Amino acid sequence: MSDSTQTIETFANQEYKWGFVTDIEADAIPRGLNEDVIRLISAKKNEPEWLLDWRLKAYRHWLDMEEPSWANVTYPPIDYQNIIYYAAPKTKTDAPKSLEEVDPELLKTYEKLGIPLKEQEMLAGVAVDAVFDSVSVATTFKEKLKAQGIIFCSFSEAVQEHPELVKKYLGSVVPASDNFFAALNSAVFSDGSFCYVPKGVRCPMELSTYFRINAKDTGQFERTLIVADEGAYVSYLEGCTAPMRDTNQLHAAVVELVALDHAQIKYSTVQNWYPGDKDGKGGIYNFVTKRGACRGVNSKISWTQVETGSAITWKYPSCLLIGENSVGEFYSVALTNNWQQADTGTKMIHIGKNTTSTIVSKGISAGHGQNTYRGGVKILKSATGARNYSQCDSLLLGDKCGAHTFPYLEVRNTSAQVEHEASTSKIGEDQIFYCRQRGISTEDAVSMIVHGFCKEVFRELPMEFAVEAQKLLGVSLEGSVG
Amino acid sequence: MSLLEIIDLRAKVGDREILKGINLTVKHGEVHAIMGPNGSGKSTLAGVLAGRELYEVTGGQVLLDGKDLLEMAPEDRAREGVFLAFQYPVEIPGVSNMYFLKAAVNQIRKHRGQEELDAMDFLNLVREKMQIMKMDQTLLNRPVNTGFSGGEKKRNEIFQMAVLEPKLAILDETDSGLDIDALRTVSGGVNAMRSPERGMIVVTHYQRLLNEIVPDYVHVLADGRLVKSGGKELALELEAGGYAALGIYDEEEAVGRV
Ligand SMILES: Nc1ncnc2c1ncn2[C@@H]1O[C@H](COP(=O)(O)OP(=O)(O)OP(=O)(O)O)[C@@H](O)[C@H]1O
Ligand SMILES: [Mg+2]
Repeated sequence: MSDSTQTIETFANQEYKWGFVTDIEADAIPRGLNEDVIRLISAKKNEPEWLLDWRLKAYRHWLDMEEPSWANVTYPPIDYQNIIYYAAPKTKTDAPKSLEEVDPELLKTYEKLGIPLKEQEMLAGVAVDAVFDSVSVATTFKEKLKAQGIIFCSFSEAVQEHPELVKKYLGSVVPASDNFFAALNSAVFSDGSFCYVPKGVRCPMELSTYFRINAKDTGQFERTLIVADEGAYVSYLEGCTAPMRDTNQLHAAVVELVALDHAQIKYSTVQNWYPGDKDGKGGIYNFVTKRGACRGVNSKISWTQVETGSAITWKYPSCLLIGENSVGEFYSVALTNNWQQADTGTKMIHIGKNTTSTIVSKGISAGHGQNTYRGGVKILKSATGARNYSQCDSLLLGDKCGAHTFPYLEVRNTSAQVEHEASTSKIGEDQIFYCRQRGISTEDAVSMIVHGFCKEVFRELPMEFAVEAQKLLGVSLEGSVG
Repeated sequence: MSLLEIIDLRAKVGDREILKGINLTVKHGEVHAIMGPNGSGKSTLAGVLAGRELYEVTGGQVLLDGKDLLEMAPEDRAREGVFLAFQYPVEIPGVSNMYFLKAAVNQIRKHRGQEELDAMDFLNLVREKMQIMKMDQTLLNRPVNTGFSGGEKKRNEIFQMAVLEPKLAILDETDSGLDIDALRTVSGGVNAMRSPERGMIVVTHYQRLLNEIVPDYVHVLADGRLVKSGGKELALELEAGGYAALGIYDEEEAVGRV
């Protein structure tokens, strides 16, 4: 028994393979946060006046706000004056115009991470925006997408090239004053990805951003904005890693999605920030605000996330279902191992008629990991005929970890149909022995059971990412359909 | 060399000794039945042979084709050809029966230095065994044992055995929970697997199974020891007179400790 329990506990405990540091000179600003720092960031990006004002307003808001304490996570107080708010790899030119100008050290970094940026080796069918510390270092397939009118570029570039779009949608889903971390992000965000898919266009490839934190003691505050115009479709992937460091690093991102009439956005995340070591030292604090607005009729936004990294995850990708018949979906696998803590879930806010939402949450806890699902379903008076289905399952590996579930439900329209299912299970010694008796090792047995548990969520991921996600959970690829 | 040699095997759970010196030899091709009162240690013996960590082996030796079985991890025993049909098969939600079985087959093949089966070859193998066992296709696509009826679970065990083709099969009360027709089909499947290379240990309480799977030897396990051995007629004697007729009774019960 002790043997299998041990293997179960060390299961997700494989070495963090992405923990290397790239030796590259960084252009970083001094530690600390004040209005001058914000002006400096804005100036470095050559931003228009209105954006600087927007940042400063957010900052002043933030000063009056309190760090939220309701999440089921504990960590020592963060010293916001001890963080470096901007770091960028030094380049010869100001902004690399093409891949030839990108520092080879950076290209090597992404190659090592399995994200080749060189044209000839690129992942076919996936366009990548690579964000390194505070800046975007490369975006692939830009020209090809442009031919269809799709804009896919770094946020900084969008501010320069498409200010009208940025101005129209920035903060329209997550206002600058939305919450403590969103306000902080609004004040200091440095880069991120921007995507606009015009009317009636189905984006022909997966768009993807790969976030990498490299510099020490920096925070990463990126901002992503995706707009799908009438009848447009886009599938967007997000991946992230960071070096192993024994101090905690803050990542406070904001993602805003806007779907107009009949538009569809599929947003997938494989979050693999450094989780800290087995004693809980180091790791990323992942405090993220993600929200999508289904503004148009028949619009649809799907969030799929596989959260395996970070010391602490605080994240609730949500949907505002405004347009009639709009659809919101949330599929999540969150794994906490060692001393990781995750408080994650979603909010589905039904505003329009006949809006539907689906929530499938799978929490896996191992080691001393603490995994909390926090989900809100709110059905407003206007949302006649709204429906929600929530399913929320927890799997425990070992007996020192914990799973917690907090579903909140608020229904103001009696025609609403709401269904909630929840389960908690444990990988039992008898299950492991049964597998071993058939010649399957404990490790394979655990990964088989874990994979089976997550299947419904993995199914929602685009192919390339499903594979990645399975690897992350230590699952063999072979015969992966069950 | 014998297929299986058990020499003075002792095992305990917690502080309690359950196997108190078992001696048994199974030669290639033989079928041995083990009978005995509830709680006498039959499943414990099966579990110890399969390597369940719950039981602590305190003495004795077990050799499989001359190899020290007790040294091996459970999965290695399985790969060496030990198969246990569980008295209580375990449910594994989320993992399809097919996927599970394919993983098992390929682990065992790998161990034997054989090439792994691809999806097509595996399907052919499964189809063939399915017919013999009259297995319902839908059971294969469902998660392992999850929500199976008692009888379906038992049938699934023997079906797995047919696919894995072990050297030594241990069937722990495979007949319990089976209806009359199923008992016949399952026994038929077991009999089809009898071969000069393969040995079997069949644990049962009832003659009706031994009418179908006729054993070469019958042993009675009582209070952690094999107290009586004989040919297939021993089972008939038991059926007629019960264990008491053989002078076997539960020690605890007799002493009034229960
Ligand atoms: N995990 C355990 N903890 C405590 N006692 C156990 C455990 N497993 C088995 N035992 C005890 O060991 C003894 C032998 O059990 P075992 O299951 O081997 O009996 P059996 O001969 O298979 O009985 P049955 O015919 O009822 O299946 C029983 O008294 C049982 O209660
Ligand atoms: Mg038993």
